[in-house]
Amino acid sequence: MEILPILSALRRNKVGATLVALQIALTLAVVANALSIIQNHWSNMRRPSGMDEENIFTLQNHWVGQPENLRASIEADMAALRGIPGVVDAAATNAYPLLGGGMGWRISTKPDMRDGPSASTTLYLQTAHGLDAMGLKLLGGRWFRAAEIGEWGMNLKASPSAVLTLALASKLFPTGNPLGQVIYLVGIDSPVQVIGVVDRAQAAAPAPAFGDPRTEYSTFLPFQFVNNGLAYVVRTRPGQLLAAMRATPDRLSRITRQRVIDLLGPFSETRTRAYRIQKAESRLLGAVVGLLLAITAFGTLGLTMYWVSQRRRHIGLRRALGARRADILRYFHSENLLIAGTGVLLGVAGGLGANLWMAAHLGTARMSPAYIGTGAVMVLVLSQLAVIWPAFRAASIPASLAARGL
Amino acid sequence: MSGYYFHLAIRCLRGNVALTVLIIAAVGVGIGATMTVFTVLLALSGDPIPAKSSQLFAPQIDVWGPAARRPGANADPRLPDMLTYGDAVALMQAHAATRQAAMYGISQIILPPGREPIPSGGRATYRDFFAMFQVPFHSGAPWSAQDETAHRNVIVLGAKLAAKLFPAGDAVGQEVTMEAGAFRVVGVIEPWNPQPAFYDPSGSAFFRNEEFFLPFTVAIEHRIPGGWLSCHSSPGSDWAGRLKSSCVWIQFWAELPDAAAVRAYRQYLSNYAADQRRSGRFGWPPSVQLSNVRQWLQIEHVVPDEVRINALLALGFLLVCLVNAVGLMLARFAGRSGAYAIRRALGASRLDIFLQCMVETALVGALGGGLGLMLTALGLIGQRATLHYTSADSSRLTHLDTSIMTLTLIVAIGATFLAGLYPAWRAARSPIGWQLKEQ
Repeated sequence: MEILPILSALRRNKVGATLVALQIALTLAVVANALSIIQNHWSNMRRPSGMDEENIFTLQNHWVGQPENLRASIEADMAALRGIPGVVDAAATNAYPLLGGGMGWRISTKPDMRDGPSASTTLYLQTAHGLDAMGLKLLGGRWFRAAEIGEWGMNLKASPSAVLTLALASKLFPTGNPLGQVIYLVGIDSPVQVIGVVDRAQAAAPAPAFGDPRTEYSTFLPFQFVNNGLAYVVRTRPGQLLAAMRATPDRLSRITRQRVIDLLGPFSETRTRAYRIQKAESRLLGAVVGLLLAITAFGTLGLTMYWVSQRRRHIGLRRALGARRADILRYFHSENLLIAGTGVLLGVAGGLGANLWMAAHLGTARMSPAYIGTGAVMVLVLSQLAVIWPAFRAASIPASLAARGL
Repeated sequence: MSGYYFHLAIRCLRGNVALTVLIIAAVGVGIGATMTVFTVLLALSGDPIPAKSSQLFAPQIDVWGPAARRPGANADPRLPDMLTYGDAVALMQAHAATRQAAMYGISQIILPPGREPIPSGGRATYRDFFAMFQVPFHSGAPWSAQDETAHRNVIVLGAKLAAKLFPAGDAVGQEVTMEAGAFRVVGVIEPWNPQPAFYDPSGSAFFRNEEFFLPFTVAIEHRIPGGWLSCHSSPGSDWAGRLKSSCVWIQFWAELPDAAAVRAYRQYLSNYAADQRRSGRFGWPPSVQLSNVRQWLQIEHVVPDEVRINALLALGFLLVCLVNAVGLMLARFAGRSGAYAIRRALGASRLDIFLQCMVETALVGALGGGLGLMLTALGLIGQRATLHYTSADSSRLTHLDTSIMTLTLIVAIGATFLAGLYPAWRAARSPIGWQLKEQ
């Protein structure tokens, strides 16, 4: 590489070179941060809920006018759903992962949150059928038995036992076995025994855009939620979801037509609903990244074309003095590498700085070095691609041009 | 003279089509991306009720005490953002503001005779709500004070629900049956959907639709629960228990027209909290807060951080496009330095050259702005499609109105103008003789 001639040529074109370097630096900073945010959204959208998602459909049921015996109506609906061919189990609950809303509560290992570790958790009221209906993975201990299930009407009650997610159990009991330990729901001072731990169950509220460990802090309590307005969770055998889901409205209205069934659909629809904003944002950012790279590439192309046209006689002279076409090509590619490399160095610094600032002020995730690395390579390759045509044009300048000017 | 420059500019633009297209595309795409994100940001952080945002106030009372805000507990460090039922009723009865309304969101299934039931969301509130928030009425009027005190079953319908229930004609005077009973329609409002829905911090501030309004007292009497309940102790075991509990679930807004009224209301709130402490309800120094709409949106953190981040990225994007434009413009003017030198030699001043370059720049800016406008519209359609904004009245979030359009053009021309300054200055300063010699 003939660094010195390039440098001395650049000295005569400081502004142009600075502009390209600056543009590349800015592009890299924006692209790396945007990629990191897109990746963050994607990992949120794909975070497993802990349920057997492939085989679950859900619906919201609301009876028109309060039924005489709410609990009996719920049981009748559940029996009907479990009778549909292909259904593994069904449960009526206050909420399920990603539904949105949900019951939030503070729990602690000590009454009144004194001194002990505490956490904000989503409360899921579940019956003995809950484990099978949601398809959760029990890591230790046991699930609720039918005899333990209480009734939860409008308001909170003392609970004898609870099943926690692994994430919550490790937060509350960082050392030692959570099984058999006692937790307290704030405001209700009676002890709740931890009888089981499930691998994973996401909170009812979708993961917020930027890191929140509470996303998997969920607590199951042994209650039938007795309320007009319930979420039904139905799990089917593989491959039978659609058939069972289509049979559901008819089967339920055979019990009574006095009801509104809302949001009947496979769990994937719940997921889509929960993350629609993050998805839209990812698309917008993706489009921005693509356009930005295109703009930078074309900008580099345009400016290099101009430099070539400025230096036609200089190039002709070099050709006349014995430079081969490959030398001219190499000259322009090297020059571009030098400028873009400077831009990349600036961009790495700027991108990391911007990321740190956003992490401190806006709570975004810290960007992994992989993104800035990927971005740097992308920008370098792109700008090399952008000079192919101008360099080719430069290389085809005839040596005779030099003679003409003299 | 400027007509001549304009003519020259067009000729120059046509002279090097590839470069011209490139510059215009760079400016247009930059503007388009930036304005798309910016429009969403504006819609999200806009003042939902500009005429009165400084006169509407939400009170907060420290009903849970400092223990609930213990920093180590990682609990919400703010005062509760809603009121208990008891406090809301006390504030209503005190009538210390010009207008005031307690409220909470409810849902009901409407039962039109002989048709499918319609689940819908609405609001239980007081009649001052309508005047206070400037809700436009299509027909009828808010219910009367007597309706409120007599707990009459009256209802105000939203525009869409009214059209659905009574497609034939005026709904006022008709009866609507829902789960809670039969209600007489006293008014129908025009489509009304302030963005963000600042008055209710529970649930989403942007996907709310008030389809009907009931008197607060009637909703309480019918035991229609709200969707939201925030507690630091047991909410009791029945409806009466809930009304007595320290759970917060009622929103409250007061209209205070001037600084004196605000001072007086603040004093009233402090006195109220002090009374509560004297009566033994609060075991801690009383603490209250009174915020107007703008302060309230800050407290509630209504604009999500993601949107700010997107705006930052979009700004970075615009910057790249502008740097790009500066470079290309520089190339463009420098490539024509010979022509400028001839004009200078024929007597044009440096200012003339500079002006000629700037006219050309402005033209590029205008064209880029037009492209940017189209791209913004496209971007917003894309946003709308992915967000499932189906109904016309919730599309305000991503709506391209004339003010945004004007702003886009101004930003485009202003930005290219800035980008053109240095290249034009350079072009105007290039020496005559040297350039001519090169010809």
